Amino acid sequence: MELIFKKPESLTDTITHYCPGCTHGVIHRIVAEVLDELGLRERAVGVAPVGCSVLAYNYFYCDFLEAAHGRAPAFATGLKRANPNLIVFTYQGDGDLASIGGNEILHAANRGEKFTTIFVNNAVYGMTGGQMAPTTLPGQVTTTTPFGRKVDDVGYPIRVAELLATLRTPSYIARTSVHNSEGIIATKKAMRKAFSYQKENVCFSLVEVLSTCPTNWGIPPKQAAEWVGEHMVPYYPLGEFKTPEKVH
Amino acid sequence: MPRVIIEKDRCKGCELCVRACPQQILRMTREINVKGYFFAEVFDQPRCIGCTLCALTCPDMAITIGANSVVYRFFEV
Ligand SMILES: Cc1ncc(C[n+]2csc(CCOP(=O)(O)OP(=O)(O)O)c2C)c(N)n1
Ligand code: SF4
Ligand code: SF4
Ligand code: SF4
Repeated sequence: MELIFKKPESLTDTITHYCPGCTHGVIHRIVAEVLDELGLRERAVGVAPVGCSVLAYNYFYCDFLEAAHGRAPAFATGLKRANPNLIVFTYQGDGDLASIGGNEILHAANRGEKFTTIFVNNAVYGMTGGQMAPTTLPGQVTTTTPFGRKVDDVGYPIRVAELLATLRTPSYIARTSVHNSEGIIATKKAMRKAFSYQKENVCFSLVEVLSTCPTNWGIPPKQAAEWVGEHMVPYYPLGEFKTPEKVH
Repeated sequence: MPRVIIEKDRCKGCELCVRACPQQILRMTREINVKGYFFAEVFDQPRCIGCTLCALTCPDMAITIGANSVVYRFFEV
C-alpha cells in the first residue's frame, strides 16, 4: 500500500500540547510540508514566539530559537544577516506580533529583511488566558473585555497584512485561513510562495493565517471554525496584498 | 482503494475531520483513548474517495492515508 498522505519529515512525532481542535497544529504541518517540498529543512532555522506556540521547537525537525516576546523578527534579522544561506522563519501569534512586537515586524518588513513570517491571528492572547489582542474583533468578549471590545475606548482591530502592504519596500504579504478545506489548501499555496521568495533571495514575506482558539473563545472546535468564517473573514479579507513584482 | 488509518491515541477528539469529510464516513466513537478523548473512526471505508481532506484538517497528525490502486486527485496541494 502506497501512502498518499503522511506526516511530513520536517515534523517530529511528538504529540503537541495544543488544545483539541486548535489550528496551530494544521499550520505547523503546512510549514513542515513546504520545508520538505522545497528541500529547505537542512538550512532552516525557526524562531518561536512567546504565546501558545512557544514550544514549537519540540515539533519541527530543524534548528530553532526561542525569542523574547515579540522580538522574533529581530532574532531572524540577525540570523539572516550573519548567514544569508540560512532559511529563516518566525512563527508568531497576534499578541506577540501585533502587540508587543508591532514595532519589530514593521521595521523588519520595512528594511526588507529576507526571512519569512508565519503570523497566526486567532483574535486573542491564547496562552495567558484569552485577553484582548490588537486583533480582537469589535464586540468580541474576552477576559479583559467582558462586555465586548469597545472601539471607542480601544480602537479597531489592526489589519496587519494591509498595514505592512502599505510599505514601499518590496515584499510578499498574504492572508489566508485554515478554518475549512479550501482555506487549508490556499494557505499551503501562499506559504510555498512565501518560502520560495526567500529561497530565491527576493524579499521579506509574511503569511497571516486566521486560526482558531476554541478554548479561549469558549466554543467547541467545529463552532470555532465556523466563527472564523462568519466573523473573522469579513473583517480580515483573504488574499494577496502585496507581491514583489508589483511595486506601488 | 484508499484506506484511512486513524492513530487513535494521537486523536484529541476535536471532530474537525468529521466536519471536513465530504463523504460523511467519519464519526466519533463512544470509547476513550489513552488521553481520555472520544476518538474518531471510519465507519464506511468503501465509500472513501481518498480526497485526504480529513488528514489535511486534522491538527494532530492522527490520520494517515494509504491507497493500493489509482486514486483520483481532486485538487493540487
Ligand atoms: C515581556 C512579556 N510580556 C508579557 C508576557 C505575557 N504573555 C505571554 S504569552 C502572551 C500573549 C500571547 O498571545 P498570542 O501571541 O496571540 O499567541 P497565542 O497564545 O494566542 O498563540 C503574553 C502577553 C510575556 N511572556 N513577556
Ligand atoms: S489556548 Fe487557544 S491558541 Fe492556545 S493551544 Fe489552546 S486553543 Fe490553541
Ligand atoms: S479521505 Fe476524504 S472521503 Fe476518505 S475519509 Fe478522508 S475526508 Fe472522507
Ligand atoms: S481531526 Fe484529528 S484529532 Fe480531531 S477528531 Fe479527527 S482524528 Fe481526532
